[in-house]
Amino acid sequence: MHFTYLITGGNFTHAGHASSQVKRILKQLNVNPVTIKRIVVALYEAEVNVVAHAYRGNIDVDIEPERVLVLITDEGPGIADIELAMKEGYSTASPKVREMGFGAGMGLSNMKKNSDKLIIQSQVGQGTHVELTTFLTQ
Amino acid sequence: MNVSQLVETLNLTIFSGSRGLNKPIAGGYTSDLLSDVMGNAEEGDVWITLQTHKNVMAIAQLKDLAAVVLVKGLKPDADTLVQSEAEGIPLLGTNEPAFDITGKLYKLIANDSGLTISL
Ligand SMILES: Nc1ncnc2c1ncn2[C@@H]1O[C@H](COP(=O)(O)OP(=O)(O)OP(=O)(O)O)[C@@H](O)[C@H]1O
Ligand SMILES: [Mg+2]
Repeated sequence: MHFTYLITGGNFTHAGHASSQVKRILKQLNVNPVTIKRIVVALYEAEVNVVAHAYRGNIDVDIEPERVLVLITDEGPGIADIELAMKEGYSTASPKVREMGFGAGMGLSNMKKNSDKLIIQSQVGQGTHVELTTFLTQ
Repeated sequence: MNVSQLVETLNLTIFSGSRGLNKPIAGGYTSDLLSDVMGNAEEGDVWITLQTHKNVMAIAQLKDLAAVVLVKGLKPDADTLVQSEAEGIPLLGTNEPAFDITGKLYKLIANDSGLTISL
């Protein structure tokens, strides 16, 4: 099964919409609730990162009986030092974004903790590509 | 203890989401950093915060939280109310600051689960 969603940079009102839809779909497919939560926590963080740090992006969710693969690709400033960005507490979020309670620098580590495989590729000045894999064991 | 007993005992305001008042409470989490809550709050927790925007309800829904309590007399944004209502997750309020209401919630939960607290 395959689903796609669009994300608009700067639009916090819409943030979390895709995660919410994916949660509903996985519930209907009777995926174990703990696994659902891990997938949507990771996806939500990826979604908010596009809203907070990039210009626009899209989410591609591919569900197979043995795994869920989520691809999040954005056009944006990219990440110069991915290893540094992964460090808990590191954030370049704007003051406005921080006021809303984002910008703790915990999103990427939440993605790491809540997925079985996390791949991040980025080109400065072009954008970022994130792949989240979660295995479904019955 | 469920959310409606919490509302009664701590004299909380119900802004919206009253459909979820019978949700059982497992614990609590107090934080204003959204990815901290995303990473560390647990299913059935009551989330105590000063954040009033719509993303609060998105997180409450994704994490299956029992309710959200806004502190210091803060009022939710209009779209936060709408989402709380749509999800049936109670959005509550208190005039107290986070420290005080967290202490009271902690005590209630501890009493409810038969723990003896020594401070
Ligand atoms: N899609 C992206 N495009 C550009 N930069 C990004 C992107 N995702 C993450 N980053 C960079 O990596 C940093 C760390 O990301 P992370 O999600 O861990 O924290 P945050 O978004 O700043 O705050 P939090 O997620 O805790 O609200 C960001 O501050 C930003 O500099
Ligand atoms: Mg983030």
